[in-house]
Amino acid sequence: MKRVFVNEDWCLGCHLCEYNCAYANSGLSDMVKALKGKDIFPRIHIEETDGITYAVSCRHCKDPLCVKSCIAGAISIEDGTVKIDKTKCVGCLTCVLVCPYGAVAAGPEGAAQKCELCLANSCGSPACVKGCPNNAIVYEER
Amino acid sequence: MKDHFIYPEFEVVRNDNRCIQCRVCERQCANEVHSFDPERGIMLSDETKCVNCQRCVSLCPTRALKIVKSDCRLRENANWADDTIKEIYKQANSGGVLLSSMGNPKPLPVYWDKILINASQVTNPPIDPLREPMETKVFLGKKPEKIKRNEDGELVTETTPQLELSMPVMFSAMSYGSISYNAHASLARAATELGICYNTGEGGLHEDFYIYGPNTVVQVASGRFGVHKDYLEAAAAVEIKMGQGAKPGIGGHLPGAKIVGDVSKTRMIPEGSDAISPAPHHDIYSIEDLRQLVYSLKEATEYKKPVIVKVAAVHNIAAIASGIARSGADIIAIDGFRGGTGAAPTRIRDNVGIPIELALASVDQRLRDEGIRNNVSLVVGGSVRSAADVVKAVALGADAVYVATAALLAMGCHLCRTCQSGKCNWGIATQRPELVKRLNPDMGSRRLVNLMDAWRHEIKELMGGMGINSIESLRGNRLMLRGVGLTDKELEILGISHAGE
Repeated sequence: MKRVFVNEDWCLGCHLCEYNCAYANSGLSDMVKALKGKDIFPRIHIEETDGITYAVSCRHCKDPLCVKSCIAGAISIEDGTVKIDKTKCVGCLTCVLVCPYGAVAAGPEGAAQKCELCLANSCGSPACVKGCPNNAIVYEER
Repeated sequence: MKDHFIYPEFEVVRNDNRCIQCRVCERQCANEVHSFDPERGIMLSDETKCVNCQRCVSLCPTRALKIVKSDCRLRENANWADDTIKEIYKQANSGGVLLSSMGNPKPLPVYWDKILINASQVTNPPIDPLREPMETKVFLGKKPEKIKRNEDGELVTETTPQLELSMPVMFSAMSYGSISYNAHASLARAATELGICYNTGEGGLHEDFYIYGPNTVVQVASGRFGVHKDYLEAAAAVEIKMGQGAKPGIGGHLPGAKIVGDVSKTRMIPEGSDAISPAPHHDIYSIEDLRQLVYSLKEATEYKKPVIVKVAAVHNIAAIASGIARSGADIIAIDGFRGGTGAAPTRIRDNVGIPIELALASVDQRLRDEGIRNNVSLVVGGSVRSAADVVKAVALGADAVYVATAALLAMGCHLCRTCQSGKCNWGIATQRPELVKRLNPDMGSRRLVNLMDAWRHEIKELMGGMGINSIESLRGNRLMLRGVGLTDKELEILGISHAGE
């Protein structure tokens, strides 16, 4: 299964992935309309310390702790992709607590959200990968 | 000291209807033009720092930015142009020599643009490169005077060392130090994939790049930085740099601030020390002296590698080339006055040297007249911008061309011409690690390969149109060229007829 990988050597910490992610998951066809003047809730985020930057998003683990821990049965694995059904999510955020990568976060409506590889949105494949100016984020089989 | 006389050259125009305050521009500008005002929730810009490198423009996800030339002008004056006056202000402020980067931007004639290429019609068929084989491979080096046979009547096929290129293009010299590790990695990897050569410039060869040796030309310049036995042996050819088109007659100066870590190690000079290349080679004051260095390098490399002598195109270039052709050099590289640089005094860059087209034509003719054209191959550089320029150069007599500015552009350079600041936002002309990483060599080398593949196709199309199926048949074939808008003298030097003749 193809996953999103990040090469820290080439990550510039420009944060474009976050904005491309938020836009792709907005359901809108105009980036300005989707993001201007709003707090954004991207499913990928840049971790940065002295001179090192790295984009973090869901690893789509083979045996995910988030799935095991979900008290509402809202997280499932579909063809290898770990997905959250926000209609079932009760917003307890246990998944946020257990994710060892810090890849799950609360969305704008309180339900947990995470990267689902843009497979269900209009982008079709990860928007962060398409928009990365330095090929630091790749979508490939490993 | 801030110069209050000079109004900023550019304006940063931000379309607030589009700006989403993602602050990508702020993070990507090493010149610190952009900033965010959290109180008002808006982006601000300080255009005094803007060099118009277009990094922010290119990365802005909503295309909210553009950089325009400021229309705040001094009072119009046909004699005293704005730039001329501002240069006076700068010098009055600093007391220093003006510095510039990249090639001469002045509106001097570009002869490539005044030369047109022939095509076959009716009486001689053009060739379709998609259907028929076309040869773009070239060999650079001394060619035999005549066919020789041994005692048994068999052909003697041994030649002096040749540099084999899959197409008549090489990436010209740019030193590690003037450009980044990742830029060198991109050039080395692309040259290897393309079957051409790149050139180390005078900064030595980083130990990681010895594996690309068969596609590397190593340079020996007046500073002799990083020159040692392994360096010479690693290469496909050795180039003695006598001069550079952007700054003929002067040396180089890489500031100590750029001599850090691996640059210092590769150049074999202490960290933080200025790397000063003298104007002359202190052991070369005549063709005989040059011959000594040529043969020293040949001895050191056991006569297995061709030696290139690179000179800037200057007034007596034909006589100089004639001397070099007799010095034992295998290849002469001539760099025209529009060639690029990481830093040069503005006055030198803009006023010294001659156009490469004229230099090439006169050198090729002189070497033919003297019967020594076979002694050497000719490589020309100094703003070869496209496949058409390559074809014109070959038809004027070049064996191959050197391209560097086009290669930098392929890697992301936007020709802002401020390499000397060391703050290249595209990760090319900088040694700052956070900027160097902006050039991912996977992308850089891919784009270089793409560019050269495209040029190769175009060269084949242009040759096919002329009914020529091998680059060898095009070389020096000036009948394939015609001039437009040129004087009799210019046509005479170029050795071509006027269009319509």
